Amino acid sequence: MTDPRLTALGRRSLLAGAAAAPVLMTLDQARAQGVAPRRGGTLTTMLTPEPPVLVLGVNNQGPTLVAASKIYQGLVKFSPTLEPLPELAKSWSVSEDKRTYTFELQPNVKWHDGRPFTAEDVRFSIMEFHMQLAPRARGVFQRITDVRINNDHSISFTLNAPFEPFLLMFDVTACAIAPSHIYKGTDFRNNPANARPIGTGPFQFVEWQRGNFIRMRRFDDYWKPGQPYLDEIIYRIIPDSQSRRLALQTGQVQLSQANDIEPFDIPQFETLPNTQVVKTGWEYFAPLSWIEVNQRLDVLKDVRFRRAMAHAIDRNFIAQRLWFGTAKAATSPIASGTRFHDPNARLPEFNPRAATALLDEMGLRPNAQGVRHSVKLLTLPYGEVWTRLSEYLRQALRQVGIDVTLESTDAGGWVRRLANWEYELTVNFVYQFGDPTLGVARTYISSNIQKIAFTNTSGYSNPEIDRLFDEAQAEPETAKRAEIFKQVQAKLIADMPLIWTIELLFPTVHDRRLRNVIQLGTGVHASFDDVFFAA
Amino acid sequence: MGAERLLRFLAQRLVKAAIVVLAIVVFQFVLIRLAPGDPASVIAGQSGAADAEFMAQLRAQFGLDRPMHEQLWIYVKGILTLDLGFSHRQQLPVATLIWDRLPATLLLTGAAFLFAISAGVALGVAAARRVGRPADSVITVIALTFYATPIFWVGLLLVLIFSVWLEWLPSFGMYTVGADLTGLAYALDVGRHLILPAITLGLFFLAIYARLARASMLEVADQDFVRTAHAKGVPEGRIIRAHVLRNALLPVITFAGIQAGQLVGGSILVETVFAWPGIGRLAFDALLQRDYAVLLGVFFCTAVMVVLFNLITDLLYAVIDPRVEVA
Repeated sequence: MTDPRLTALGRRSLLAGAAAAPVLMTLDQARAQGVAPRRGGTLTTMLTPEPPVLVLGVNNQGPTLVAASKIYQGLVKFSPTLEPLPELAKSWSVSEDKRTYTFELQPNVKWHDGRPFTAEDVRFSIMEFHMQLAPRARGVFQRITDVRINNDHSISFTLNAPFEPFLLMFDVTACAIAPSHIYKGTDFRNNPANARPIGTGPFQFVEWQRGNFIRMRRFDDYWKPGQPYLDEIIYRIIPDSQSRRLALQTGQVQLSQANDIEPFDIPQFETLPNTQVVKTGWEYFAPLSWIEVNQRLDVLKDVRFRRAMAHAIDRNFIAQRLWFGTAKAATSPIASGTRFHDPNARLPEFNPRAATALLDEMGLRPNAQGVRHSVKLLTLPYGEVWTRLSEYLRQALRQVGIDVTLESTDAGGWVRRLANWEYELTVNFVYQFGDPTLGVARTYISSNIQKIAFTNTSGYSNPEIDRLFDEAQAEPETAKRAEIFKQVQAKLIADMPLIWTIELLFPTVHDRRLRNVIQLGTGVHASFDDVFFAA
Repeated sequence: MGAERLLRFLAQRLVKAAIVVLAIVVFQFVLIRLAPGDPASVIAGQSGAADAEFMAQLRAQFGLDRPMHEQLWIYVKGILTLDLGFSHRQQLPVATLIWDRLPATLLLTGAAFLFAISAGVALGVAAARRVGRPADSVITVIALTFYATPIFWVGLLLVLIFSVWLEWLPSFGMYTVGADLTGLAYALDVGRHLILPAITLGLFFLAIYARLARASMLEVADQDFVRTAHAKGVPEGRIIRAHVLRNALLPVITFAGIQAGQLVGGSILVETVFAWPGIGRLAFDALLQRDYAVLLGVFFCTAVMVVLFNLITDLLYAVIDPRVEVA
């Protein structure tokens, strides 16, 4: 007989071990499946659209993050539950007053040009490189009042005040460590070295044929002995979504990510014997989509009208029928995978009668054609599925007497119109970056009403919300922040400044022989140093 | 035709051509700026985060903070010294970007052009010789079908048949990346990748050439000098070649001249469906990203080519039909 207490204890310690050392867990998992990592092989995958340059910081577009995260690394990386895990920092500590963060760096790390990686590279990357280049990093790193290099492999940052989400900014996608010896004292954006990125990652840049492919090779001096397992990674540029589908289906490429494959093609890959569809790996970004409502316009600034729209739209229909299960119906302004999501938060339920009742209450009576009010919806020009969404919204809103005229534009035109507040309704999706202070506040606080895309472009303003976000930002205790964000969610849902629709899951499709693809909360943005082809 | 006269003709045409090209450059420069959005806002949109400092940095880097007339003057000055400018977005000179993509485009459009004109004229001649008979009907219907079918659909259908079902040919790309082939093996590899896109692009033009050749063959075949040749007892094959075809070729050449001018422009659709790394995609992406310098560079190259091929076509007329004189 087994002592039940022992089993329980064993299980608990196993869980604790798993959380602390997921790399080990990976190997265990692999062994459990009877598959030991195997050296060799070329992974051919895709990249859409083609990035302009591959230096993180100089460019932070989606495709750049996917490819360059194999070349560069951050100090930490994040588990699916957004716990920090060691990367270039082998450990870290936070002082008693929660203002000083000390990182102990991995020894024996080399840049791809053979130079050693030191604490100076970390200081330079944070205080100069990203501080100058990247808007998000600048917003957070400006809080740093003091930097101390303790020795070549130890560095401390002191903040002006406690900032609980600080560590989330050290993922490779937010703050990739750049080589000081190449960039220091130069014009970062125009440095000729941008053509051949130099990082510490498991793969080094080999060649880039524009419009064709990007090729990376295994870095033999990588700091983890025996890794990476793959010999090469090739990112093919395939502009047409149907061509991408065929390339994946025929095995000419073995991995797709983000929106490479249209949602309506995903069910097919779920049934194919040689491919696997993974719907996790975007927890860190947590893309949340909504209908953005320009609140400078008369009827649109009435909360009853916005609530009516929310009642008129079936979020489950959007997630299941338009996105074919590659999205989840939103339940709150804070995405369900991120910290501080309130599982009890509820958006107005799908109920067209409630919608018409609200419109009646506003005095918007239907005319002879059944139209109560007319609005324009600027379609998000990011592909077929977003066009379908706009068509669905037009029909759903017409059901309750809101007549929608669709406006179309291209990506450049859309950003310009969003930034200049030249729209009535539009669809948008925004990353939440793991913490509401980093990725949610910017959309709602009134100090961020700017003529720039991805600020508070809708013009929503509520002093109470401003105060709560400020408090949550200054609050060092996680539990207290959770309490504040609970209030934030309740108040935002009451105000409905935007009509939240779905959380995008961005499915990853890969060849079944390819192992360890999605293990982090950043999914395909991992370094891939442990990815391998099973025999 | 005297050599002096030819030279004077050439000089005149080249001066006119230079003026036309320069006018096109200025016109397009202004036209592009009318599109809403600029490269900085596109990058901000794609990065998903921005602040005022970031936008100002990008606009300064791209030279967009200067007045429009100054930007235009800088660009025209560059063009006059054959400097196509610099793509700040891609951190590369525009000439490099275009030069890298040009061979792929020329290979694709050239192959499609040769396929279309040779097969098209052959089909047209065959149809004209059997006019009214089943073979003529079959060829005419086929030509009409290709003419009427959207090019991307033909492309996807060919991929389905030859790549997915039969697994004979690759469905995208220009060569096998990572195989590091050289010499003959490389040429064969490129050839295998070339077949589907070249046929897709060629089929549409093949239809046009077949219909053009057939119509003008029939028109010429009815004329008196052909009847005279028949009466003199000239063999049938020689009548077709020397009397009918040579005269029937003029409209075909006119059209080929127009098509040849577009060779450098590539084909956005075919390059998109087959992920062919050519100029068409470069221009299309540059348009979406508001990468002005690249877009203008491509426009400049295609404008020069169109003007050049018009000139060559005019000269070719004179060679094929001695009655036509350059003037």
